Amino acid sequence: MLRFANPARFMRLSAAILPYCAGATAALLAVGVILALFVAPPDYQQGEAVRIMYVHVPAAYMSSLVYAVVALGSAVALIWRHPLADIAAQEAAPLGAGFTLICLVSGSLWGEPMWGTWWVWDARLTSVLVLFFLYLGYIALVHAFDDPTRGAKAGAILALVGVVNLPIIKFSVDWWNTLHQPASIFRLGGPTIAASMLWPLFIMALGFTLFFVTLLLVRMRSRLLAARISALRLAV
Amino acid sequence: MSVFLLLVRRDLRLALRQGGDAAMVLAFFFLAVILFPFGVGPEPEMLARIAAGIVWVTALLAALLSLERLFLADYEDGSLEALALMPLPLEFQVLAKALAHFLTTGLPLVVVAPLLALLLHLPSAGYGPLVLGMALGTPTLSLIGAIGAALTLGARRGGVLLSLLVLPLYIPVLIFGVGAVEAAVTGLEIRPHLMLLTALLLAAIPLAPVAAAAALRQAVE
Repeated sequence: MLRFANPARFMRLSAAILPYCAGATAALLAVGVILALFVAPPDYQQGEAVRIMYVHVPAAYMSSLVYAVVALGSAVALIWRHPLADIAAQEAAPLGAGFTLICLVSGSLWGEPMWGTWWVWDARLTSVLVLFFLYLGYIALVHAFDDPTRGAKAGAILALVGVVNLPIIKFSVDWWNTLHQPASIFRLGGPTIAASMLWPLFIMALGFTLFFVTLLLVRMRSRLLAARISALRLAV
Repeated sequence: MSVFLLLVRRDLRLALRQGGDAAMVLAFFFLAVILFPFGVGPEPEMLARIAAGIVWVTALLAALLSLERLFLADYEDGSLEALALMPLPLEFQVLAKALAHFLTTGLPLVVVAPLLALLLHLPSAGYGPLVLGMALGTPTLSLIGAIGAALTLGARRGGVLLSLLVLPLYIPVLIFGVGAVEAAVTGLEIRPHLMLLTALLLAAIPLAPVAAAAALRQAVE
């Protein structure tokens, strides 16, 4: 792991990987969107409106995954003082907040025709809303200090404190009586969703994941380049 | 153990000398609660329905008020660095600070809460669970608040940032605290809610000081 701690090596590796990541993202999202909008069947109950699922579910899964990335990066930064780990965590957080926002908004747009309400205070929606505020709090804390290293360390601790929310989000539909649909994919006994809907969902989820990886690499490269520019400016 | 008690007594003595701090928190609690009849109307049945929620939420906000100063005075005059060098681990010092905060802020809130619930026409079945729930919940609020206070030491706009960080983490305590009162009022079991509140407290006692001490260490580096 510490082999990749060298920023110059990271820049070389990411420059090599980035075109393939971006290309794969574009391909997967294109295929996924076509499958989701045209090939996948309409739901027998919800009709065509079920297609919001192909955006809502991947965005929801990404919001939790990115928080796990932020928490993992924070743990690595705190324990091993890995120089790129907290940069990765800080650059991933706004992306995670964005995915959470997409999840909440798309869910709200889906809920209106399906449940008859834009919002309901059930366990899943409330815990995802709390996740959104955890992201915002993390971003605010990192930028709240004049000394950026203090901000980085404080943010790392906060990210680890907030990790307790992730199992709550996952299991909230089991622990409480909720309006939100219970787990139909990652559950004991296997997925209960039809294969014709499962495959477009997987492709969209994979596309979203590669989209996140691509953006994260771009953001980390920009951050390292900006640091290099300001170091050069100070040297002059 | 004696060093721990020494630290608790030090904070209690400082708080008592200040005097005004606990009184201001109680005054805020009182004022914020009595705003609600003005805002939503004085109908007793409606106030009774939302009484538990109002009392708990304003108690949460009142507990937030005094959190910013938990470590700030020691941080600013340099005694935090001296405390970090003491043989007593920083985690236990955080526990001492949180205990003192609970005794000076949380406990007064617990004592005043039934009086305010009376003003909001809470049904009589709710008072016991309200006091018990708040007695279990306010130490947890002090512990979680200590994490936020330690993280925002020396930050710009530390007070507002502290609220932003700590309020999402307060939500589980709020849910079960109000749940206990609502259960009692509607004739259901209160034990599950109180057990979960106790579980939150027991989880916060070891975990919150670890996080807060880590934050304090990187604040004095």
